[in-house]
Amino acid sequence: MTDVNTLNPDLLEKKPAPERPVWRVIREFRSSHLAMFGLFLLLTIVIAAFLAPWITPQNPYDLRSLSIMDSRLAPGEVGFSGLSFWLGTDGQGRDMFSAILYGLRISLTVGLIACTVALLLGLTLGMVAAYFGGRIDTIVMRLVDLHLSFPPILVALILLAVLGRGLENIILALIIVQWATFARMARATALSERNREYVEAAKSLGLSRTRILFGHLLPNCMPPLMVLYTVEIASAIALEATLSFLGVGLPSTQPSLGLLISNGFQFVMSGQYWISVFPGIALLLLIVAINLVGDRLRDVLNPRNIT
Amino acid sequence: MVYIIRRLMQAVFLALVMSFLVFAGIFSVGDPVAILIDPEATQAERVRLVAQLGLDRPFHEQYFIFLGNVLQGDFGNSFVYNRPALELILERMPATLELAFASIVIAVVLGIPLGVYAGLRHGSVGSKTIMAGSILGFSVPNFWQAIMLILIFAVILGWLPVSGRGEVGQFMGIHSSLFTLNGLKHMALPAINLAIGHLALVIRLARSGTREVRAQDYIRFARAKGLSEKRIVMVHLLRNILIPIVTLVGMSFGGLIAFAVVTESIFAWPGMGKLIIDSIHLLDRPVVVAYLIVIVMIFIILNLLVDLLYSLIDPRIRLDEVRQ
Amino acid sequence: MSLLSIDNLQTHFFTSAGVVKAVDGVSYSVDRGEVLAVVGESGSGKSVTGLSVMGLIEPPGRIAGGSIRFDGKEIANLPQAQMRKLRGARIAMIFQDPMMTLNPVLRVETQMIETIKAHRSMSWNKAWAHCRDALGRVGIPSPDERMRAYPHQFSGGMRQRVAIAIALLNKPDLIIADEPTTALDVTIQAQILHLMQQLVEEDGTGLVWITHDLSVVAGFADRVAVMYAGEIVEQATTDGLITAPRHPYSRGLIGSVPSRNVRGTRLAQIPGGPPPPLNRPDGCRFAPRCTFRKQGCEAAQEIRDDVRCWRVADLPALEEVSA
Repeated sequence: MTDVNTLNPDLLEKKPAPERPVWRVIREFRSSHLAMFGLFLLLTIVIAAFLAPWITPQNPYDLRSLSIMDSRLAPGEVGFSGLSFWLGTDGQGRDMFSAILYGLRISLTVGLIACTVALLLGLTLGMVAAYFGGRIDTIVMRLVDLHLSFPPILVALILLAVLGRGLENIILALIIVQWATFARMARATALSERNREYVEAAKSLGLSRTRILFGHLLPNCMPPLMVLYTVEIASAIALEATLSFLGVGLPSTQPSLGLLISNGFQFVMSGQYWISVFPGIALLLLIVAINLVGDRLRDVLNPRNIT
Repeated sequence: MVYIIRRLMQAVFLALVMSFLVFAGIFSVGDPVAILIDPEATQAERVRLVAQLGLDRPFHEQYFIFLGNVLQGDFGNSFVYNRPALELILERMPATLELAFASIVIAVVLGIPLGVYAGLRHGSVGSKTIMAGSILGFSVPNFWQAIMLILIFAVILGWLPVSGRGEVGQFMGIHSSLFTLNGLKHMALPAINLAIGHLALVIRLARSGTREVRAQDYIRFARAKGLSEKRIVMVHLLRNILIPIVTLVGMSFGGLIAFAVVTESIFAWPGMGKLIIDSIHLLDRPVVVAYLIVIVMIFIILNLLVDLLYSLIDPRIRLDEVRQ
Repeated sequence: MSLLSIDNLQTHFFTSAGVVKAVDGVSYSVDRGEVLAVVGESGSGKSVTGLSVMGLIEPPGRIAGGSIRFDGKEIANLPQAQMRKLRGARIAMIFQDPMMTLNPVLRVETQMIETIKAHRSMSWNKAWAHCRDALGRVGIPSPDERMRAYPHQFSGGMRQRVAIAIALLNKPDLIIADEPTTALDVTIQAQILHLMQQLVEEDGTGLVWITHDLSVVAGFADRVAVMYAGEIVEQATTDGLITAPRHPYSRGLIGSVPSRNVRGTRLAQIPGGPPPPLNRPDGCRFAPRCTFRKQGCEAAQEIRDDVRCWRVADLPALEEVSA
């Protein structure tokens, strides 16, 4: 054996250790410029939103720092307080740039929390339905079908009509809107995985159901669910913005991007576009960035590409 | 026939389930007495009102009374307008339906040719432009698109009005803004706004359908028969890609009515969507409940219609039905 | 003058990986009432040759050279508008998979009548009656009812009959049949074969029958052209080819037809596979698989006595080979 190695070192180099799946995904993800741009954009937005209190010129919700004299200044104008407002100010003299970063923070938080809980809920229900089958499966899937036959905006609207506006309520509404999508996907993938050899093997080893469910089925169901999770965050953020815009989402003490746009809407007719347009562009960039990343993830995590 | 009856029974069952859910949701939250009664009313008056409204009865009895009333078309009176809630909704329905209808027409009339073009000329600049536009149409939230439309076409260009329904004309007994120029102008922006999302979807479907179908042997055989390119595209290709598109259009009609909530609020379009948003803000519960039931019914009927339409377009489905 | 004569046809596909010469210098001809079988493995270019005649080569492919003369007229790279007038009217084509060639969402009558209407003006009623008769002629029972049916309501063999009826509707001078029986059961194959034979005889139609299975056409074709890797390696009368194949590849083909082998002997096989179309040998393309290969084969590219083998005269006689 040693002879072979010493004789032909090339042979060793041509057969590298099998690449770990994680690295393959990262390598393939990086090969798309568009996706990398999306990721860069997304990270910039997330970091900027996270650091908002430290990098914004003013705290837009500290009333002491606002001056009514600065209200509705056009982008680039210098305010009464000597601050220049590159993106203009809103009706209360708030710096739009600061307001947008704070708004992004709220939008991101709501989207992340709602989607994560919906993912966990849908994942659990979907896998339980797939694994146990029978009655449980029928009940869960009927519920999912019923749910998915109505547009999300309608379901959310009705829930909020009953619950009233508020941070907790909108998160709850988003969870209720989204769990079914995750449940259906989780069930479908778990079903196709359930009949694979490794589950049979685990069963024949006498492993417990929970062990098989969470130790074996779960990791294999994750890739498609992660793609869905990414894309659903974007739609959760868009839905939250829409609901807040309609005045049934977040209260005015939690000014998300939707509320900012809504506040600016009244001024659009008089040509003071910036109050609505800039938060909208921020929202658009955020959604596009998430979708670019999600699309690429879908391509590289596609089970057909995994050997 | 068996198929249709089975579908109808499913629909009735679904309607019952939904009515129960809506009622249970409303039942569990809030106290209608507190809204209806004068705060200074005596305890006796209160008890009388509770009995009058049937709120002292057990849940299931209340539900059956509610169901009975609903079946008779009685959803109670609006707190705000003091008129039957159903009447209010039905009054607003034509405006919403005409908006949704106009949007579907826009989405289909523009979407199919653009999608087919993008599919036939895959890789060309035109195709790429169309696809980029459709991705944008997907990503931009509907309400912000509306604001941009207003900004561009009303504020900057000053071409189109932005609020209200405009003049309503009458044609063959139907009242609609579609029949007057002023009405059409008022409808243009809201209809485009409502259409954009679905336009993007129709484009995608038409494109992927075209790419799939045009590689099929029957298209090649159609060419070998000496048919003109026009006939191949308009008959052989279109008939095949129409199946998923019709499903989408049918399904999305419900979605359009739901999304009309956003469009109607922004453009002050006097339809059901604006009514529901106003009612939510004013806590006008009977109207909210009535809207819900009406919407659920619309959805159920639409799903049924789509299934039937589907079997008209795709002959293979009817065969499956015979086999069953 | 032949009905169809193809001369040194070059049909190439210009892909990003390189130019695929799917058809590389093919020549053959067919007369009225004659049946020519074009035999070859998949990827040998036999179907692409057929599609080239029909003008149905799509980008990135195109006819890069050579000529196709139909009824004395050059039709290679004819403008689509003129080509369309020929297709389905004077030259018809039948494809391999009858499940796929009929449009699933259109009634049979629609798909038949449009074929007539594309080429001549005829009233709908008259066209309908004409189409019904055509269905009856290809042996479809109760054609009146079947006209209203959809393709999925027919069996595979019946669908191929419908496709044949469509091909014959405008009484074409030439039919190109691209493996029309391959996807069918053996008994149905025989029926379709018999039907085609009878129909072309009656009408005096020229027929190009493309197949990978020599045994199918053995009792049917007048002549056989054997294709390999984009070229014709040998052309002969059917009897001539079957009793005395000359090119090593043809010999291999005959050897691999089961009926020729004596019971109990192993079925002869041609070792290896055809060369990749982007990387074909310079000389004889069959050389890497050839049992008779010798020094010089890699450089030779010549035709001797209708056979693309420079050593055809030196090859041992057939009996010696099988012994």
